[in-house]
Amino acid sequence: MAFLELQALCKRYGPVQAVVATDLSVSQGEFVSLLGPSGCGKTTTLQMIAGFVDVTSGRIVLDGRDITHAKPSSRGLGVVFQSYALFPHMSVRDNVAFGLKMRKVSSSDIRTRVDQVLALVRLTAHAERYPRELSGGQRQRVALARALVIQPPVLLLDEPLSNLDASLREEMQFEIRRIQCEVGITTLMVTHDQAEALSISDRVVVMQAGQVTQIDEPYKLYEHPRTPFISGFVGKANLLPGEYDTLGQPQVLAQAGEGELMLSLRPEKIDLCNAGEGRIQGRIVTRYFLGSQWLYRLETVLGEITVVRRNDGSAPLGTGVAVGLDWPHELLRVLDREACA
Amino acid sequence: MSRGYLLSAPALALFVALLIVPLGLTLVLSFNLFDYEVGVKSDSYTLANYASLLSDSYFYEIFWRTFWISALVTLLCVVIGVPEAYILSRMGTPWRSIFLILILTPLLISVVVRAFGWSLLLGADGLINQAIAALGGRPLKMLYTPFAVILALVHVMLPFMIIPVWTSLQKLDPAAEQAAQSLGASQAKVMRMVVLPQIMPGVLSGTLIVFGLAASSFAIPGLLGGRRLKMVATVVYDQYLSELNWPMGATIAVALLLANLLIMLSWNRLVEGRYKKALGE
Repeated sequence: MAFLELQALCKRYGPVQAVVATDLSVSQGEFVSLLGPSGCGKTTTLQMIAGFVDVTSGRIVLDGRDITHAKPSSRGLGVVFQSYALFPHMSVRDNVAFGLKMRKVSSSDIRTRVDQVLALVRLTAHAERYPRELSGGQRQRVALARALVIQPPVLLLDEPLSNLDASLREEMQFEIRRIQCEVGITTLMVTHDQAEALSISDRVVVMQAGQVTQIDEPYKLYEHPRTPFISGFVGKANLLPGEYDTLGQPQVLAQAGEGELMLSLRPEKIDLCNAGEGRIQGRIVTRYFLGSQWLYRLETVLGEITVVRRNDGSAPLGTGVAVGLDWPHELLRVLDREACA
Repeated sequence: MSRGYLLSAPALALFVALLIVPLGLTLVLSFNLFDYEVGVKSDSYTLANYASLLSDSYFYEIFWRTFWISALVTLLCVVIGVPEAYILSRMGTPWRSIFLILILTPLLISVVVRAFGWSLLLGADGLINQAIAALGGRPLKMLYTPFAVILALVHVMLPFMIIPVWTSLQKLDPAAEQAAQSLGASQAKVMRMVVLPQIMPGVLSGTLIVFGLAASSFAIPGLLGGRRLKMVATVVYDQYLSELNWPMGATIAVALLLANLLIMLSWNRLVEGRYKKALGE
């Protein structure tokens, strides 16, 4: 049962099609990410849902109500902005209370509800501070609390983590997911960071050039990317030429050349074995130590191939070493070359 | 440290020579004795000038008029300038620069020329009265009234209000307005609760500049207020050049400076006190 539904949503800026016929249905309580490179129309889509951008054509339906042309103030959605957009002249408490004041909630109710939501985002101790006195992560929490306190049917997050540094970003990722689960709120998040989208979403919508190219659960998206673009954008991938063998199974070509298929093979799915064994031969060009993993770049007849091996504590292979490459052939993924547009 | 002093020495010298010294001389002059027979007695000092300033209701009337005209001009500049600056900041790229230049161009024309322009429009047989006469109405007396002075002052002062407000509008995060809307605020509430409090520092600087300039303005009250409608600066001029009573002129000038300073500082304190904590300045 769709709770939030986008039906053939379009946005045109003059001659530019920013969003092309986007369909999406989100169920209640679901966490969906809109993932794509900058300029792919994901933010425009979110802004149309929030009501900040006019819809050119199509419909937005929220819980059975058509909100396509409703004013932002009457949609009642919770929005968290990339810049957080806190009110700098108000304390944390007043920032969070703003939406409740607009709803004319009694001041005693405002107090309890603000206290509750500040406890939820773990900012109780900072209620009387001003936004400028807070760190980036704390501001992010205030923005989240301010959006959640009005108990919106849907929470919209616009690149919520892009202004945070790497370590904080990971922490906030899990924090957002925790809060989302605790409140059980339907959430739509826009991001260009695939790791962010994969780690905390129930489903990921990949957008490219204004169009949705794939909607899937993170795991399926990673394992079954539909297009070369997605396989490269979501995680790392080796793109290899291939063909169908006599049994109708996709196989990598033994020699360099134009295959009839384009295949994707994840770096961690490849085994390294002794030279002369395996499916193809290669030589290690460089290696990078990533802590829990080793990343090798190998030169093969099919061009450069990236292999990731778990750091199992044994000494890594050195550069220049000749090795064989092997992989279970069922892990090869056939990509839709047409859809790469 | 000494390098800093050295580098700022030329500006400091200019400042001292052109501001501090004349101001000091004016202050000394205001305590000098004046005799209609012999003129300024620079070797004898007296408080008589201040005494006659404080005891003469004529001066109270002039100071009060200067105050209410300046305050009204400031208020009108806020009422017109703040929305104008907001609209300006919301304009698209080519138009914003064009309109900003349009707002600033009057500053390139001398105040005297603009005052004459207004007197051509507002005069007894000026353009407006000619139009009224042509339509069969009775001519209005506009020139040499507070109306003419206020109108011209608002016209001259408006850029000084718009520029600081516009500057503080630049610092606003447009997403904050969207955030307020998404939280259920109407456009009017967004303005009142989100935009206005954040641009108060700009409005404050604007009011200080406009009030200060209006209270000490000379050319406009001189040309559009005429002989009857005096403001403090024109009275100072009269004392110096008609009465030749320089010490009295200096006394009034010093009093204007002090009154202006007092009003502006208290206003600054009042407004800043309310917004200081919230704006962290």
